[in-house]
Amino acid sequence: MDYFAQQLINGLVLGSIYGLIAIGYTMVYGIVGMINFAHGDVFMIGGFVALITFVLLISTGLTAIPVILLVVLLVSMAITALYGWTIERIAYRPLRHSFRLAPMLSAIGMSFVLTNYSQVAQGARVKPIPPFITGGYTLHESQDGFVIQLSNIQIMVVVTTIVLLAIFTWLVSRTRLGRDMRACEQDQTMAALLGVNVDRTISMTFVIGAALAAVAGLMYLLYYGLVDFFMGFVAGIKAFTAAVLGGIGSLPGAMLGGLAIGLIETFWSAYFSVEYKDVAAFSILIVVLIFMPTGLLGRPEVEKV
Amino acid sequence: MSRDEILSVDRLTMRFGGIVAVQDLSFAAERKKITALIGPNGAGKTTVFNCITGFYKPSDGTIRLAHDDGKVIALERLNDFRIAKQAKVARTFQNIRLFPGMTALENLMVAQHNALMRASGFTLLGLIGAPGYRDAEKRAIGLATDWLRRVNLLDRADDAAGNFAYGDQRRLEIARAMCTEPALLCLDEPAAGLNARESAALSELLLSIRNELGTSILLIEHDMSVVMEISDHIVVMDHGVKIAEGSPREVRDDPKVIAAYLGTDEEEAVAVMEGGS
Repeated sequence: MDYFAQQLINGLVLGSIYGLIAIGYTMVYGIVGMINFAHGDVFMIGGFVALITFVLLISTGLTAIPVILLVVLLVSMAITALYGWTIERIAYRPLRHSFRLAPMLSAIGMSFVLTNYSQVAQGARVKPIPPFITGGYTLHESQDGFVIQLSNIQIMVVVTTIVLLAIFTWLVSRTRLGRDMRACEQDQTMAALLGVNVDRTISMTFVIGAALAAVAGLMYLLYYGLVDFFMGFVAGIKAFTAAVLGGIGSLPGAMLGGLAIGLIETFWSAYFSVEYKDVAAFSILIVVLIFMPTGLLGRPEVEKV
Repeated sequence: MSRDEILSVDRLTMRFGGIVAVQDLSFAAERKKITALIGPNGAGKTTVFNCITGFYKPSDGTIRLAHDDGKVIALERLNDFRIAKQAKVARTFQNIRLFPGMTALENLMVAQHNALMRASGFTLLGLIGAPGYRDAEKRAIGLATDWLRRVNLLDRADDAAGNFAYGDQRRLEIARAMCTEPALLCLDEPAAGLNARESAALSELLLSIRNELGTSILLIEHDMSVVMEISDHIVVMDHGVKIAEGSPREVRDDPKVIAAYLGTDEEEAVAVMEGGS
């Protein structure tokens, strides 16, 4: 039971990170109907920007950890958002009215560009950082000596995710930008006729998705203590799987899918084998899609006439 | 163009490959009046609308829009969101194009995008609730509420637009178009699919838009009871050319119009009419 509880905590933390990345996939799919395969690499860029900002801040002699964390969070969100905006502007927008596969191919190309660019700029080696946030709580100690640990970094990941989700939900459901985004998702032509600048709204979608991926990158860096140029690939595929599992196009679905993938992976590693955790996650995806083709919370696709 | 004209279409031609959908069409719509564009199916009416609202770039000819302040806009050079933003032209389609997943109120709020953008200074100030933006949003909700009341849907403001009855969706679309505060409202078959009672309510709504708000309306419509009742001026098209124009009475009695609708030669139509009367 204790072992189970500990794995539950670990799975939720991992799932939060996947969920934050998955939102970027699902949002872009909802509004422009394409899979942004470069999104995993945007997450990787977020991790690197966070790392560089950490190093720069510490070299200035700053020691207050909350201040450092806040600055790193804001800087990596801002710079990664700029990456997201630029990617959309140069790689996707010119192809928006081209044939359906063109932006997808462009996205795959963009993914390679970002991976190789990071490898050249930052080197191929794994970049570790010393643990910043240490300590935690012992929730329960059983007689045979197994302890359930809840570390501070785990608390931070989950709390940050919840706060971001709250802000994000408010943004989409209550603000002008959110209304415009939903309008563009449902009928771009009509939104334009009502005066909405569709291009700008799509840009903002990429910016927000990239900012959330940057937060995920920072969390990953803090939680695992390392980044490397290739980490975007696997994390991106997992988050994409999460978005599909939850029902692509659905925002709560993306978060739910992220948590599901995180939990499946963690439990499989804990009870069966670490080597086959990816096999487990993807197998469950296949099973879910056979019985629920639109994912857990997806709406059935209605052909527009 | 004269002061009283809001829209002036001059020698408009639209070709698709070898097909000429609209040829040498010239007409004007008067300010604060209802102008109807009628004609049999395939006459090119919707093509004209698509040229006016920037969907098609005309092969030839000009479309000029004159705002109340005297500013003249070349509509054939605008497209996309600029039609609503700069030209202040709103339009509806033959089929219903509400945002079905959004509430009635939200549909009307999207239409006030530009007013809200101006208030937020085109930045993200609005998102963090700057005071000027709050006022603008209050005004926007006020205008939307006002329109919901006009179209009798106030009690359903928070229902998803896709769940409304067909006739209600039609009225909501007009309300949404009006929330962009247009100078010219273009309606493509607003009465299509409405029953007699709903058509009468639509006529009343359009007349109140003209009389109370002074908005100019350009209308494509097949329902002659609506066209004849509310139009100030009618332009008749057939096979891409204008075959007649004038007041409802003049158009109704024009043999060319009757021929176009009955699909007969002009002489035959005249004979039919004379024989019948």
